[in-house]
Amino acid sequence: MRVALFVTCLVDLMRPSIGFATARLLEEAGCELVVPETQTCCGQPAYSSGNRAAARQLAKKVIGEFAGFDYVVAPSGSCAEHIRNAYPLLLADEADWLPRAQELAARTFELTDFLVNVLHVDKVPGRFAGSVTYHDSCSGLRGLGIREQPRALLAQVPGLELREMAGAEECCGFGGAFSVKFGELSAAIAARKCGNLRASGADAVVGGDLGCLLNIEGRLRREGDLKTRVLHVAEVLAGVDGDGEAPHAGGAN
Amino acid sequence: MRQQSMHFAARVGDRLADVKLQANLKKAKGKFVDMRAAAVREFDADAAACAAAAGRDDAVTFAALRDAGAAIRSKVIDDLDLWLEIFEAKAKASGATVLWARNGEEVCAHTIEIARRHGISKAIKSKSMLSEEADLNAALSAAGVQPVETDLGEYILQIAGNEPPSHIIAPVIHKTLDEVADLFAREHGKPRKTDIPALTREAREALRAHFLSAGMGISGGNFLIAETGGVALVTNEGNGRMVTTLPNVHVVITGIEKILPTLEDLATLLRLLPRSATGQTISNYVSLLTGTKGAADPDGPEHLYFILVDNGRSSLLEDDFRAMLRCIRCGACMNHCPVYQTIGGHAYGWVYPGPMGSVLTPLFTGIERALDLPQASTLCNQCGSVCPVKIPLPQLLRTLRERQVTRQLRPRSERFGLKVWAWLAQRPALYARAASYFARYLGWLAGGEDRIRVFALAPQWTAGRDLPAPQGKTFRERWAAERGR
Repeated sequence: MRVALFVTCLVDLMRPSIGFATARLLEEAGCELVVPETQTCCGQPAYSSGNRAAARQLAKKVIGEFAGFDYVVAPSGSCAEHIRNAYPLLLADEADWLPRAQELAARTFELTDFLVNVLHVDKVPGRFAGSVTYHDSCSGLRGLGIREQPRALLAQVPGLELREMAGAEECCGFGGAFSVKFGELSAAIAARKCGNLRASGADAVVGGDLGCLLNIEGRLRREGDLKTRVLHVAEVLAGVDGDGEAPHAGGAN
Repeated sequence: MRQQSMHFAARVGDRLADVKLQANLKKAKGKFVDMRAAAVREFDADAAACAAAAGRDDAVTFAALRDAGAAIRSKVIDDLDLWLEIFEAKAKASGATVLWARNGEEVCAHTIEIARRHGISKAIKSKSMLSEEADLNAALSAAGVQPVETDLGEYILQIAGNEPPSHIIAPVIHKTLDEVADLFAREHGKPRKTDIPALTREAREALRAHFLSAGMGISGGNFLIAETGGVALVTNEGNGRMVTTLPNVHVVITGIEKILPTLEDLATLLRLLPRSATGQTISNYVSLLTGTKGAADPDGPEHLYFILVDNGRSSLLEDDFRAMLRCIRCGACMNHCPVYQTIGGHAYGWVYPGPMGSVLTPLFTGIERALDLPQASTLCNQCGSVCPVKIPLPQLLRTLRERQVTRQLRPRSERFGLKVWAWLAQRPALYARAASYFARYLGWLAGGEDRIRVFALAPQWTAGRDLPAPQGKTFRERWAAERGR
């Protein structure tokens, strides 16, 4: 099975370990993994900011470079949701492109959804000594129905205890450009999320979208919380984090 | 209502710093969100039990009910002119007068004209957001007709110096009990009390005289029923009944989109509205008012007027925003909105707050007069997923953003930034190099720490949080190095 990794522009720039963790998970599950070199961004920032022309151009670019694979997998509910739900809308009036957009949409998956519903993975390489709470990111949750998949996979990680927080399904306040257009407001929403995740008593907050994680981590650190770890679900499942070591529950080394 | 939507961003800081408001919002959020969730759970459990008892496996879930509600509302909006004509004919046949208003000024002119015709100097009002759109109270006062708000929340706002409501169904949600206690002691000249039933009793005593002396009652309308020519009112306070039956003249002011074909349709919408709004199975009062007082009726108005208002609604009939006309004004979108939950309704600067307000305000008052509102959303879709008539609110907000871009209403810096980014994203080699430099630049800014505390390129990000530092090289640099080509 040939699987293309859509690494996402944010992971590429900020946290490559998520990309490597994703690669490990897919390869250990038996996929032949390819990373198309020309990939940049899915175009969601253009779409969300009302720049439809740019969003369409980038959609066509992605459709072109991800043609011919059995599946396309992204460690992000947000980007996968954009490809699946928005591409067919963006290209609805272009007869040449619409079938290609629909075809790509049908074989594009968010990572945990792919591991559970396509690969039926029942064993993951990661280990984690401690408790985590899961933050549901909006696009994945409400746009792709990703709720049980990451939890089912986390339950397979030896040593990991899942502690649900209040309001796990509520937005963290990131919202892409919203976070810099209305910084104070965005941070105030993030503060509510941080309060909830701290109240869960978990050692780490885990999520499936780097945008949310940067927002949450940034707010936690600003509040002086240097202890709660902020991890992508791929890192926990693969047992890889930024230091190239198994993610651990403890705070600063 | 004087519009201040242009000042949204500037008002956010004040709202965040308002300790009382923040405490109230926190309490309200818990109440509305939890109560709706409980009502939906109960509905689904009941539906499952009913289906099981009947030996069927096709329980009508709340999700299915939302589909049905959306379908009914869509059907009406698709043939709005037709349903309005049917309503008008039925209403006339039942003895009512139907008047049309293109805008707020015409609403005021019609109402004042009715007051003059019947020699009225005082009007009692039950809650109507349309009267806020039309700024009716100010117009009535100027014309020598005293408007008296009788919904408890609206009454509080009126005696507090005509404050605007901050929520469409809970207008006074921004005020604390202590603030109301102080206000009542001052305005009623009675000993200060903080017991809610006692405060309510005090308001009732103050309002009783108005109920008995007013010549005209003004109400909104939750639904107009085409097949009967009547109006349905959904309320939790008895004032609605008093306003619509005690005075000799009753004026219903409502939007042209509030129509339902049949009472059967009303039954469906009545199962959705209270559950979505307050988590109630049904509101304390549901009134169906049809026609004027008949010969055998003990009470009711001898004169019934419907003022059916456009005020921008017909312009939404174009395809892009038509879904917004399905709105039944339950308030679920704002109750579930992380932005509304954080700043409350006043910051939105006009009649309607929250996601539905961020769509309606620019459409009703002009896109250029509410530029922040469509942007002030994370597009999280908590609103769309609870909307009882399934309005795709994030999609509508995005379409409004597209209109802003098309009309070149975005700031130059944003347009330039997006242009550069989109240009780069189309050029993979250049983009890869730019990303690599940018990652290094961010690392340099972090100065050996794991985070950036002040980020000059996006100072708004670091106003309330740090920016975690990148790990170093980009994924694709590392991938190429480790896996070769």
